[in-house]
Amino acid sequence: MSPVLSGVLQLLALVGALALAYVPLGNHMARVYSSKTHLRAERWIYKAVGADPDAGMTWSAYLRGILAFSVAGVLFLYLLQRLQGVLPGSLGFSSVTPAQSFNTAVSFVTNTNWQSYYGEQTMGHVVQTAGLAVQNFVSAAVGMAVAVALVRGFARSRTGDLGNFWADLVRGTVRILVPVAAVAAVVLVACGVIQNFSGIHEVGQFTGAPQQWNGGAVASQEAIKELGTNGGGYFNANAAHPFENPTPLTNLFEVFLILLIPFAMTRTFGVLTGSVRQGYAILATMAVIWLGFTALMMWTEFAHHGPALQAAGGAMEGKEVRFGIGGSSVFAVATTFTSTGAVNSFHSSYTGLGGGITLLGMMLGEIAPGGVGSGLYGMLVMAVIAVFLAGLMVGRTPEYLRKKIGAREMKLAACYILVTPALVLVLTAASLALPTPPHSMLNPGAHGFSEVLYAFTSAANNNGSAFAGLNANTDWFNTTTGIAMLLGRFLPMVFVLALAGSLAAQRPVPVTAGTLRTDKPLFSGLLVGATLIITGLTYFPALALGPLAEGLAR
Amino acid sequence: MTFRTDESEDTMSTGTRTRAPHGDLPTGHKPADGRVAAGLFDPRLMVRSFPQALRKLDPRVMVKSPVMFVVWAGSVLTTVFSFTDPGDWFGWTISAWLWLTVIFANLAEAVAEGRGKAQADTLRKAKSDTVARRVAAGGEEERVPGTALRIGDLVVCEAGDVIPGDGDVVEGVASVDESAITGESAPVIRESGGDRSAVTGGTKVLSDRIVVRITTKPGETFIDRMIALVEGAARQKTPNEIALNILLASLSIVFLLACATLPPFAEYAGTRLTLVVLVALLVCLIPTTIGALLSAIGIAGMDRLVQRNVLAMSGRAVEAAGDVSTLLLDKTGTITLGNRRAAEFVPVRGVTENDLADAAQLSSLADETPEGRSVVVLAKERYGLRERSRGELTGAEWVGFTAQTRMSGVDVDGRRIRKGATGAVLDWVREQGGRVEVADEAERIADLIARSGGTPLLVAVEDEEGARVLGVIHLKDVVKEGMRERFAELRRMGIRTVMITGDNPLTAKAIAEEAGVDDYLAEATPEDKMALIKREQADGKLVAMTGDGTNDAPALAQADVGVAMNTGTSAAKEAGNMVDLDSDPTKLIEIVEIGKQLLITRGALTTFSVANDVAKYFAIIPALFAAVYPGLDTLNIMRLSSPDSAILSAVIFNALVIVALVPLALKGVRYRPLSADRLLRRNLGVYGLGGLIAPFVGIKIIDMVVSLVPGL
Repeated sequence: MSPVLSGVLQLLALVGALALAYVPLGNHMARVYSSKTHLRAERWIYKAVGADPDAGMTWSAYLRGILAFSVAGVLFLYLLQRLQGVLPGSLGFSSVTPAQSFNTAVSFVTNTNWQSYYGEQTMGHVVQTAGLAVQNFVSAAVGMAVAVALVRGFARSRTGDLGNFWADLVRGTVRILVPVAAVAAVVLVACGVIQNFSGIHEVGQFTGAPQQWNGGAVASQEAIKELGTNGGGYFNANAAHPFENPTPLTNLFEVFLILLIPFAMTRTFGVLTGSVRQGYAILATMAVIWLGFTALMMWTEFAHHGPALQAAGGAMEGKEVRFGIGGSSVFAVATTFTSTGAVNSFHSSYTGLGGGITLLGMMLGEIAPGGVGSGLYGMLVMAVIAVFLAGLMVGRTPEYLRKKIGAREMKLAACYILVTPALVLVLTAASLALPTPPHSMLNPGAHGFSEVLYAFTSAANNNGSAFAGLNANTDWFNTTTGIAMLLGRFLPMVFVLALAGSLAAQRPVPVTAGTLRTDKPLFSGLLVGATLIITGLTYFPALALGPLAEGLAR
Repeated sequence: MTFRTDESEDTMSTGTRTRAPHGDLPTGHKPADGRVAAGLFDPRLMVRSFPQALRKLDPRVMVKSPVMFVVWAGSVLTTVFSFTDPGDWFGWTISAWLWLTVIFANLAEAVAEGRGKAQADTLRKAKSDTVARRVAAGGEEERVPGTALRIGDLVVCEAGDVIPGDGDVVEGVASVDESAITGESAPVIRESGGDRSAVTGGTKVLSDRIVVRITTKPGETFIDRMIALVEGAARQKTPNEIALNILLASLSIVFLLACATLPPFAEYAGTRLTLVVLVALLVCLIPTTIGALLSAIGIAGMDRLVQRNVLAMSGRAVEAAGDVSTLLLDKTGTITLGNRRAAEFVPVRGVTENDLADAAQLSSLADETPEGRSVVVLAKERYGLRERSRGELTGAEWVGFTAQTRMSGVDVDGRRIRKGATGAVLDWVREQGGRVEVADEAERIADLIARSGGTPLLVAVEDEEGARVLGVIHLKDVVKEGMRERFAELRRMGIRTVMITGDNPLTAKAIAEEAGVDDYLAEATPEDKMALIKREQADGKLVAMTGDGTNDAPALAQADVGVAMNTGTSAAKEAGNMVDLDSDPTKLIEIVEIGKQLLITRGALTTFSVANDVAKYFAIIPALFAAVYPGLDTLNIMRLSSPDSAILSAVIFNALVIVALVPLALKGVRYRPLSADRLLRRNLGVYGLGGLIAPFVGIKIIDMVVSLVPGL
């Protein structure tokens, strides 16, 4: 079978699997977030944290809950790393340095999973399982909670009540993420991913040098790493490591896990707002962008010029032979068009344009389909903007899902879309303008520029993948990426929740023949166009000087 | 029940849809099918408004539009920069075009305002200082200047006097020339009491004498407000304009970021970007097209209403008109012609149609009401009965209609003929000892007619054969031509129409069905109307209505778009947020269309403006960086002749497109009543796709011209 055909078949299998899971999972999530009952385990948790899961929260109370929970998460994760040296089950690793502990704590709490450490040489079993893996669950659940709060803002009217953060957080974890991740972990183990608590094995390589192989609870962490669009690998090589991702089948399954919840959440959105067709329109928008760029990625990687590349059947540098160009391209697009950031190949080694696609995926705000929760709320904010741009053309003041988009809504949506471009462009410019940071670049020219641009794009959008080729473990990059991760995660959440509050307080507008239909293909097309033009144009000069300059070089 | 029935019908019918313009007011340009057409645009206005455009370069004025303020600041920067390098022709040229961009934007606004100024001047003439004859406490008259009047003062106006201020007639009847305000030269009757008591300052009494109680302070009169409105002095940003400005400002910030961070990127790439080039890129990227035209669009929207003789008290009301989803339309004058007409004569058994027609005509000869005339005309047209003049019937005794008898008729040649409401005529027949079985039959016919939505008028006679009913005249409400199609269109636009009538439910239902309205409110009282509006609003709907009576005022105030008729009372005019000077209730439909057109124009130009950016990037980015990264020349898909020419062409296109779109901004996008889906598809195609493609073509053409300039 030709590599191209194999790539296309993998893609088709993936689409088929996602389509099968879409309705059941989407409906299940809708039921979870509108459930009136509590499981016994959930009651224990509420009692332990002293929360009343039935109390409705205003948007600001909801936000306070998120911030309090996240600050606690950062502190706990920081201390756990700092105390690793005295904890049991640490494989003899010492405590992590303060700077790195902070960076890692922020990175995992913000669902970014930017890793400035080597997993197998830094983190013992306790930190991996009790610290990082736990945040993999709850940071994902926080994202989903925010998305659900926004959906409630559309669905409810004349109320300040956006639901209860603690209930949403706990239910998302207990009823969605844990069960699916558990099944996924078993599947991964069955397919050859390791799951143990063994120590470090030293193995002689055929090149002669000895190599260390750790054991660990890899399958369980791998499952939630992909399912929660976290992306922080147990090992430094991430999903390229054979213990994390041994076969083409596990590769495809992991991509499936990455895309599973973000796509299915559009169904949840449709069910909760009372119109699954609205969900389909958002789904179609996400799917068109995702599929389009996956196809483009395969094309640019397969069609690359140069004799060495042609002999290998395309651009194979930096890609695993067991996945090939197809499996790697599908993974690379899935991981950067969501907030995952796991990698099974080195994005730095992609063709100039291929690397550009991974960058663009993040720059679009990771909304196709985006991170768990964050993808949906990002796309809905984009929909608000698209409605405003074009909605006037039907001769009514703009409205979306029966809610008016007035000055306040516009202000919040505008602030939302300003955050990440500001972080990415200002920090990249500063890194180039200052004397020291450019020393971290391992490549000259346009490729070196892409490395820096990628680092900040990844951090500010909470992706967490690295382009490679940049020494990011310096004070400058540790600090600035840390700031980018924090602001890139929580500032947009502030605006989304305020928007949700503003929408929920409104009285719904009746739907008439004069209403802009947002559940039609035309609207999806408009949304695709608005997304590409608005975010695309923001970054066009930067993209031109990085990936385009490289990819179009003659 | 009696809410606006017969007594207001004559005022309703004074609204004419094809009224000649007067003076130098712009023509209310209205094509035959009543569509919202483009207003007039005179290119000479551009030249005349130029000085005003220059005056608007004041930064205190510029700062009101965030996008154009950025361009203004950029122009200042590049000009200063050019002074530091006076030999750089490129810097000077770019600066010049940037200034032109700002001036073109100001010009658009100035032209839009200029059209209102002309109207304001006409109005000012009418407002020339008046002398009021105030009635002092003792009853004697004193002459005071109009500006010295206070609310509650009584003033006397006689033929030839200009009414010194807004007020209500408290005594007398007069014919008043209101052409200064309405442009309508035919005089109107103003009388004390009732719904025709309001007079407007600046209008002229033609005959008789009236005493007016002043209801408005000098300086706040209707004509003052009108001047302020058409001049745009009272203009405030509307909610949607504010929201749109936020979006435009945030897009400007995004592009400001993209440009401000570019120098370090370029430095790293090995090239230096001059300030001029950066500003040029920024100006090309920020949404200048819509930024430049936004306020002109708003002013022109109000102006389009003024051209149709409608005064909107706020831009907010115009915007709300676009959002309206329920229209409350008064039956009389809006849906039906003002008056009922005789449609047929239905005789009882034993009477021929001709006999009935003859009696009906005789009884109506003295009846000067439109209904009475229509009986005479029907008898003439269908039964060939010559209209007899009252003079040739010697000895005839005419019986006029009174509220007590509710009948009219004639006594001639020993015959007494009576015509009137069913109950009244039957009572009369019984009194005269008439036959009851015929009366029963007549009642059945009358009932049938009433059930079909008509109004029955019984005709009875008393002669040597005794008193008896001859038959029934079927009076019918005549639905205006084309209304059914109009309502179907409104339905496609998603607007529900509700007919308001004082008729009984049976009649209302029949007319509603014939006219094709979605719903009706029968036997409507002002309270019912108010309740209906509140009910609709509770569902989130925006409601528009017209009204003229004082009892309409609360509903007018409650409605999102309340159009008061100029013939109405001052209370009604005060309560509504629009005044129709023509007093034509049908205009409500046009007002809604103008509101929609305003919003569509805004959306279309915003989309166009943003879509333009793609081509500008393809022009400028290769021009800036192809020298260091030759591969980027691939993006130069327009094959522009040189980097300087590429940047200059983009800047010139950006400036010229504003001028090119001024007429569109002022006239508004052509609007047809279609469903939202079809409107969006159409406008996205024209302005979205067009906005993507047009600049590629435009920049290429400008580049071809620019490259002919020697030295490039």
